[in-house]
Amino acid sequence: MELTTIWFVLIALLWVGYFVLEGFDFGVGMLLPVLGRREVERRVMINTIGPLWDGNEVWLLVAGGATFAAFPEWYATLFSGFYLPLLLILVALIVRGVAFEYRHKRDDDRWRARWDACLFLGSLVPALLWGVAFANIVRGVPIDADSEYVGGFFDLLNPYALLGGLTTVLLFLTHGALFVALKTDGDIRGRARRLGVGVGAAAAAASVAFLAWTQLLTGDAVTLVLAGLAAAALVAGLLMAARGREGWAFAGTFVAIGLAVTTLFVALFPNVMPSSLDPAYSLTTTSAAATSYTLTLMTVVAAIFTPLVVGYQAWSYWVFRKRIGEQHIPVGHR
Amino acid sequence: MEALDLARWQFGIITVYHFLFVPITIGLSAIVAGFETAWLRTHNPAYLRLTKFFGKLFLINFAMGIVTGIVQEFQFGMNWSDYSRFVGDVFGAPLAIEGLLAFFLESTFLGLWIFGWDKLPRVLHAACMWIVHIGTLLSSYFILAANSWMQNPEGYSFNPDTGRAELNSLGAVLLNKVQLVTFPHTMLAAYLTGGAFVTGVALWLLVRRSTTDDDRPMYRTALRAGAWVAVVAGIGVAVSGDVQGKVMTDVQPMKMAAAEALYETEQPASFSLFTVGSLDGREEIFSIKVPGLLSYLGTGDFDGRIEGINDLRDRYLETYGQDPGTTYYSPDDYIPYIPVAYWSFRLMIGLGVVTAVAAAALLWATRKGRSPTGTRARKALVATAVALPLLPLAANSFGWIFTEMGRQPWLVFGLMTTPNGVSPGTTGGEVMTSLVVLTGLYAVLAVVEVGLLLAAIRAGADPFSEPPDPSRSPSDEDAPMALAY
Repeated sequence: MELTTIWFVLIALLWVGYFVLEGFDFGVGMLLPVLGRREVERRVMINTIGPLWDGNEVWLLVAGGATFAAFPEWYATLFSGFYLPLLLILVALIVRGVAFEYRHKRDDDRWRARWDACLFLGSLVPALLWGVAFANIVRGVPIDADSEYVGGFFDLLNPYALLGGLTTVLLFLTHGALFVALKTDGDIRGRARRLGVGVGAAAAAASVAFLAWTQLLTGDAVTLVLAGLAAAALVAGLLMAARGREGWAFAGTFVAIGLAVTTLFVALFPNVMPSSLDPAYSLTTTSAAATSYTLTLMTVVAAIFTPLVVGYQAWSYWVFRKRIGEQHIPVGHR
Repeated sequence: MEALDLARWQFGIITVYHFLFVPITIGLSAIVAGFETAWLRTHNPAYLRLTKFFGKLFLINFAMGIVTGIVQEFQFGMNWSDYSRFVGDVFGAPLAIEGLLAFFLESTFLGLWIFGWDKLPRVLHAACMWIVHIGTLLSSYFILAANSWMQNPEGYSFNPDTGRAELNSLGAVLLNKVQLVTFPHTMLAAYLTGGAFVTGVALWLLVRRSTTDDDRPMYRTALRAGAWVAVVAGIGVAVSGDVQGKVMTDVQPMKMAAAEALYETEQPASFSLFTVGSLDGREEIFSIKVPGLLSYLGTGDFDGRIEGINDLRDRYLETYGQDPGTTYYSPDDYIPYIPVAYWSFRLMIGLGVVTAVAAAALLWATRKGRSPTGTRARKALVATAVALPLLPLAANSFGWIFTEMGRQPWLVFGLMTTPNGVSPGTTGGEVMTSLVVLTGLYAVLAVVEVGLLLAAIRAGADPFSEPPDPSRSPSDEDAPMALAY
């Protein structure tokens, strides 16, 4: 396989890792006002992702860094072109990250309510905008001969991209609800599971519509199979949830989101950012790539350290494997 | 203002702000890990209380470092896309390696440390904070290597076909001679900052009237630990800074000349501690000068020759005037903005020295069981306590302003000027929007963060309670978590 193809696959994997992991903690954040009826329930929810969300977010930072190193042109065009949506995502991630740490620092209902709003919006905005951004990347945006994005902010809000954003929001809501069902005990567990099934049905409908549209735009036999598998995994997960098998249900949404993201990257290949003005202006895995020296070097580094990272991150998930109930939440805030 | 000026202001504000939290994170993670290790070895309850107390302050600070760090990685692409295209092959690699090696380590093991008190064996728990500290050092190494490459590009070749710099030796980037002095200098400055932070906080709690007599020895211990770190690190900062000055004179002589506003070449060259005159230093009314000191700082010899700004400008003009990778506009554009270079250099050194001297004075005042709690000195001590954490933060900021402004007009020294790096397609309105939004958000968060820090400091260390030891007794399944959000 070409080095550039290997790096396209690795970057796709980093985004898959980001969406399957941070997807559920975005979901938990968005569900905070819905499932967390009482303060103690909200704290149960936040504590299910407390030790995990930051490690999940690093997948984004590494995806960004790896894109910079392996496909500098892709990084430059994407980040300067999608300027305002990225700014919104940054603001959302900032207030969200601070909210986790600061929410419990003061025993004051108004203080907590404000941070809860930050957690909600800080999860909703990226969940929506990542979907919008990826749909636009797949669909193609106006890129000129100098690899510069020449569209405006509102060009990004086309129907296909908005459906993409709706799909990611619904998928992450389902993923998050099933995570809460898997990781909590008591009343909230059953409610989260039922909500997961309900929202999951909507997520399945949106996913099928979005993936079908993608198939019409740029699909081939491989994307058709992948999209079909993604839909099947989601439906299987929801059936498991309906039967009370939370672990399998969560595995279902995990695999479904992973396959859906994979479908988008396969649909994209060998482009990394197609131009809607002229196919000749499209950035491709070869035209946007770094030199083979850099790619080889990065391959060695990734081959050594990625298994290590996955290993210790998995270990931390294992350390925090127990369900959290209201009895585990200490009284008072420290 | 144009997009270029706005993007420069944004980079400066965002980066200086981010670097307020970074050195505290680096220094404090080591000190907190040190306290926890001391508790494991001595079983002295005071060390566990200090671990938890400074751990709490560490987390309030760390959250800000994390979220402001995300912006750092994104803004290269957002505001500096031509720079990113030009250097991505070289600059992207250390950035990606930083994420893979350091960010995962820091975030995962900090999560384990925060929530692992009742889940991990004690030695492993303490190890988590040490691993976080190692993560901060790894992170610093790679990002400083990327910055050092911008100061002194090595290990690359310019490809005229693609018009970009291409990496040909990662070793040369990681072992760049600028990097080899910048990394120790910056890390020691971080330890100085962390040490001064602990010293200031502990001093304030020690002299405060409402602190109980039982708690005073604990704060005195913390004060001395912090002050030792600050003094030793302070000496290291001075030594490494001295070496760095000589490397800088070698690779970026204009920066050293700008630091002294030295227009004409001199041998020997004196160093002015303080000057009153015109802003750009061309005319002086009054100045305190140390003969030969600039020669020593730049060359290691009190009689060394230091090239002046005018000679260097002519030399740069000859060397870089026709470089294909740069746009060349006016001869004086090869001169950085002198007032900033001159004063930031002095403030960096001066504030750093004051910090280390204050820490040394506190060590002296607390020697052999003494405690500086006399009522007459109280006001001065409180002022010292408040100033101590702030002085090195300001010194760090001036250090970065000096090294980045002193490199101008270069973005990558000798290869790309700053105006050539900005995103061509990004409008002034877009950059203005992000500048206003991020600066406003950062201002609000600063108020919140300082408020929380002060509240946590006022509350002081919690009383001792033996943490659960999961390696000895099986824990109660329904027991509340030792720490929860």
